[in-house]
Amino acid sequence: MAAKRPYEKNRAVWMAGDGPDADIVVSSRVRLARNLRGVPFPQQANDEQMKSVLEQVMGAVRATPSIGPTEILALQELLPIERQLAVEEHLTSPQHIQDPKNKAIVLNRDKSVSIMVNEEDHMRIQTILPGFQLEEALRLASVTDDAVEETIDYAFDENLGYLCACPTNVGTGLRASVMVHLPALALVGMVGQVLGAVSKVGVAVRGAYGEGTEAIGNMFQISNQVTMGRAEEEIVAHLKAVCGQLADSERNARKAIMSDARNQLEDRVWRSYGLLTNARIISSDEALKLISDVKLGADLGIIPDLPQSCFTVLSVDIMPAHVQDFVGKELTAWERDMCRATLIRERLGMNKEEH
Amino acid sequence: MICQVCREKPATVHVTKVVNNVRTELHLCQQCARERGELHVLSTPSFAISNLLAGLLQGDLGHEVHVGIPDGAGRKCRTCGRDYSEFVNSGFLGCADCYSEFAPLLNPLLGRIHGHVRHTGKAPRRAGKAVRFRREIDDLRRRLQQYVEAEEYEKAAIVRDEIRRLEKAAAEVEIDGTGGDAEAKEKGGSGDGGEETV
Repeated sequence: MAAKRPYEKNRAVWMAGDGPDADIVVSSRVRLARNLRGVPFPQQANDEQMKSVLEQVMGAVRATPSIGPTEILALQELLPIERQLAVEEHLTSPQHIQDPKNKAIVLNRDKSVSIMVNEEDHMRIQTILPGFQLEEALRLASVTDDAVEETIDYAFDENLGYLCACPTNVGTGLRASVMVHLPALALVGMVGQVLGAVSKVGVAVRGAYGEGTEAIGNMFQISNQVTMGRAEEEIVAHLKAVCGQLADSERNARKAIMSDARNQLEDRVWRSYGLLTNARIISSDEALKLISDVKLGADLGIIPDLPQSCFTVLSVDIMPAHVQDFVGKELTAWERDMCRATLIRERLGMNKEEH
Repeated sequence: MICQVCREKPATVHVTKVVNNVRTELHLCQQCARERGELHVLSTPSFAISNLLAGLLQGDLGHEVHVGIPDGAGRKCRTCGRDYSEFVNSGFLGCADCYSEFAPLLNPLLGRIHGHVRHTGKAPRRAGKAVRFRREIDDLRRRLQQYVEAEEYEKAAIVRDEIRRLEKAAAEVEIDGTGGDAEAKEKGGSGDGGEETV
């Protein structure tokens, strides 16, 4: 790897695995969709217009020190695997990297703030923090938004608010989401019921990697549905209340299992741990399911000495691009499954010197 | 409680089913539940906003045929050239002006998606200021009209001056977003509050 790699490999701050309610809430994310006034949305814009948007956003980011030190990554200058790394770290979306031309990601130092340029909208300002910190994520996004707005004119309508390419985002342009780990609710067979109930109160449930992705390893992304007619703070407060209730139900389910079926749970957790630390070939789906069990075990004190952060990092590190980055070369799916098993053994072995 | 099927392990899965108004309860252990297929960990079906939107819109069009509101076929945004049918298929509008160009078609949809068709949250600081001025000026114009009709010319003159002052301030805001006109606005607000007795 002699070539200078433009993609910094420092861990995004959300992967620290700490923060309030980190046993259940993995991360809190806020996204603001913004468009430049007088320029067609990316789907309709021509190359020249897209390029001009990119230049204006880059100019705005450089001109406003209040955003802090940032790095602007033109997607075209990144290797395909690096783009994929950014997606797996939730710093951009799978849609964004599909066609890298005239697109970029702006990242701050600790990767808590990212701006996707020319995704579905001209700009998507995203903040992502570890644990249950929705208000702080909103504050951070809003500060960034204000800083950009010092030099950029937004497409804004007095009645409709921030105008977005898709009418489902118009108004505040705000999508707040919380990544929750609900293994106990799944174990007692209540997860469908509980998530079905929250979806009736204006909250959407998706898999970890957003729209159209499956929830694997009991990770669910909970986000607001409505973006208009409510102020940003109200939207966030509502989501916070709903997720707070989800966390309570999960805690109750954990308590119930610990009192009624502790032996079975311990058996399940240790079996999963055994598989994870001994497998020689493992798919990412299987790994995520086992990690879910082991994380639950660590949260409940069944498996001691495993730091919370190791699971968040591990669940990202076992994704395809990260496995390939780990070994430093492209791999077939089969080779990946073998390297993934090695990676997991190494990681978990580092934290636990047994056996 | 012991699993009803194997009668060995404790029941940790409790299933309540209502089929044809007949309620059955099952208490199973993890393993038996899985074998019987009662333990479904929610796997979200592939679901995209744009599909949902397309569904809503198509419902919309069908509905409109009955009500007689012109449907979107063949409509184009005069600014960006986006065809309304392209929006229906993709879920994406072409530009900011599409919102006004397709307003009669879009607004009912927005109401259905959000339950509201009016933004109440944050506004850009510069544009937001201009918006506030504009709302206030509109208000004052209405009041001016009332005074004139009531032949209360002295009060009308005060309001007229206030409108001029605000218009000037608003123009400055539009030029460079940094004008410190917040207090001017406050004064305007309290000034006409006193005239409320008409």
